[in-house]
Amino acid sequence: MATKKNNTIKLKFDSARNLAPAPESKSAAKIDPQYELFINGKFEKPQSKKYFPTINPATEEKLSMIAEANGADVNKAVTAARNAYDKTWKKMPPAERAKYIYRIARMLQERAREFAIIETLDGGKPIRESRDFDVPTAANHFFYYAGWADKLEYAFPNRRTEPLGVAGQIIPWNFPLLMAAWKIAPALACGNTVVLKPAENTSLTALKLAEIIQEADLPPGVVNIITGAGATGAAIVNHPGINKIAFTGSTEVGKIIQRAIAGTNKKATLELGGKAANIIFDDAPLDQAVEGVINGIFFNQGHVCCAGSRLYVQESVFKQVVRKLKDRLETLIVGDPIDKNTDIGAINSRAQLDIINKYIKIGIQEGAEMYQSSCAIPKKGFFCRPTIFTNVAQSNRIAQEEIFGPVLAIQSFRTDDEVIEKANNTPYGLSAGVWTDKGSKIFNMTTKLRAGVVWANTFNKFDPSSPFGGYKESGYGREGGVHGLNAYVNIV
Amino acid sequence: MIATKTIPDFSLSPHVDQVGIEERASRFTKRSIKNETKVNGLKLALNMIDLTTLEGKDTDGKVKQLCYKALHLHDAYPGLPTVAAICVYPSMVKVAKTALGDSGVKVAAVATAFPSGQAPRDVKIRDTKYAVQNGADEIDMVISRGKFLQGEYNFVFDEIAAIKEACGEARLKVILETGELVTYDKVRRASDIAMYAGADFIKTSTGKISPAATMPVTLVMLEAIRDFYYKTGKKIAMKPAGGISKAKLALHYLVMLNEVLGEDWMNNEWFRFGASSLANDILMQLMKQRTGVYQSANYFSID
Repeated sequence: MATKKNNTIKLKFDSARNLAPAPESKSAAKIDPQYELFINGKFEKPQSKKYFPTINPATEEKLSMIAEANGADVNKAVTAARNAYDKTWKKMPPAERAKYIYRIARMLQERAREFAIIETLDGGKPIRESRDFDVPTAANHFFYYAGWADKLEYAFPNRRTEPLGVAGQIIPWNFPLLMAAWKIAPALACGNTVVLKPAENTSLTALKLAEIIQEADLPPGVVNIITGAGATGAAIVNHPGINKIAFTGSTEVGKIIQRAIAGTNKKATLELGGKAANIIFDDAPLDQAVEGVINGIFFNQGHVCCAGSRLYVQESVFKQVVRKLKDRLETLIVGDPIDKNTDIGAINSRAQLDIINKYIKIGIQEGAEMYQSSCAIPKKGFFCRPTIFTNVAQSNRIAQEEIFGPVLAIQSFRTDDEVIEKANNTPYGLSAGVWTDKGSKIFNMTTKLRAGVVWANTFNKFDPSSPFGGYKESGYGREGGVHGLNAYVNIV
Repeated sequence: MIATKTIPDFSLSPHVDQVGIEERASRFTKRSIKNETKVNGLKLALNMIDLTTLEGKDTDGKVKQLCYKALHLHDAYPGLPTVAAICVYPSMVKVAKTALGDSGVKVAAVATAFPSGQAPRDVKIRDTKYAVQNGADEIDMVISRGKFLQGEYNFVFDEIAAIKEACGEARLKVILETGELVTYDKVRRASDIAMYAGADFIKTSTGKISPAATMPVTLVMLEAIRDFYYKTGKKIAMKPAGGISKAKLALHYLVMLNEVLGEDWMNNEWFRFGASSLANDILMQLMKQRTGVYQSANYFSID
């Protein structure tokens, strides 16, 4: 019988990827041809009189036209928020505030399917993720913070808290609805009013949320949702009527905001970029670790600030892990995000696709070894094959800079101390992952890794009760959990 | 059997993370199997069934009826495949073999003091040889779970190797009875022992202990098969048995198989379902797919 080691054998996965189409029904979601600004409880035409298109990145087809808010529109929204704060929301008994937040949560659950479809059409993420992760987690955030509204004295024992006032919130395009929930829910629970701006590529679910807020009968002006690009965001940041800025996005823009609010008494929380280290020790359950690595980097096409984009594998299991990763890569289905079987959907925009391709080129030029899945990708739309690089060093740019796409840089290590040093050797510090069967090793690593979240034997797990935020250039302040309340209150 | 020097230390078999393996297994159930993929999958699943009767009250008559069913699953749907095999006790092998003739449907016999395996080794070997002499194409043996849980891995290994020798040309399926091993770590270790000792198939359960086959347990075994294949170049077949009675669940298993071991395993030489009631549910789904409406269970023969 053959007992010879055979390194040429390769498993075949073509049939695993070729399943009959199983599209979610687009008609279950209603998208208007044009969307206005949501100010003071009403949808209003922008004073700028300008609109910009939003497209489906999987087909490049136009979905709708979105209003562009200028300085005057921002001023109107902030004024509405200020009035609502002074006249209603601040004075309302906390248990009453909670009722509204619970109502938003329930209505979001009732319309979950519609939200999931629109999130997928507008942003390119697979329907499986928007259905099973984005929308339910967003609803859970509202539920969670609704519960805190009348219990703030338990969150801050023996202290009295007061709301900050009007919160200006600017959110990114990678988790449009979920980020809106992360921002709005704790702000409202603590008694603040809100002016929120979604990213210009992905405004639709935030505007749909505005419809829910209107139907939920929230007092006018408590939540205002205005759309636009960078200039609109800048107008919010620089508006004197804003008491607090909450921003999630790139480190570059985070630094601009930091400079802009210097010398004012605006408070801020910034949730910025990341270059997370995922660390596999030789005693780890390897198949589950590989699955965690796949989820860590390919979840949402890698458009995740806490994505595990650097993989460190102990040398004794390096070859085995890379082989398992390559096999797993072959079974990922890349294609139309609206198909229920799609694992990796469309890159959010052409600009982002260009950035990712630029980094893939840099990786090759730097001498790293690239491996991509052999899957076919659609001709139209913005798609990128899942990509891994081996033969990577700490000084490679693909191991240092945030790519924000489905690209993984793999390095080997020998000892625990070495990998701690390498993992911390980055300007970022948002998240990290540790894979080992040994509990004591987990605790040793978690105390030494300089990252806001450290996952052990799992990755990309989120819960409303668990705080999230960064070290170093990944930002400051925490969202989620009791910690998330801190960002929206003055403790007196 | 593989040369001694290549036999690994089974106490060092890879560990399995319970949360991780269960999450991965549930991910396969998210695949949406439609239209032609569904019809092909259902027909393939039918063709992978080891149609089973393992009762104390089994008689020649019962086994003959089951064999007829194996060859004529549902004549109202022309062109259906047959099942892969009939699985019976050694005493019924001759009857089954005669009834199936040269149809190509195999006869599998559970041997080695099935289902407990609590008998001396020479009895197990005689049991096996008796089944093979009566014409069994495949032998489903049980491992000595008591010895395994005592840590007597060499005993378990040697016993499997001895039965493999007794099988001659017949293919050997090694039943781990995962419901008695309980943890995924132990399932993985038992899988490694069985494969290195000469198993052609590894099989989850006897069907007499609950829980029988589950998706996570099957996934652990498929991953063991994959690692073994990469290490030795030798393919091992898989048979989950017990508890798989719905067509949809069978499709989930096929998705899992396809994504872990790939298309080379997607046939009844390398994968089987040990089941008695699965066939009728698949037939019902196939008829629904063809006619657009569900038919009453009364239209499908019970054997």
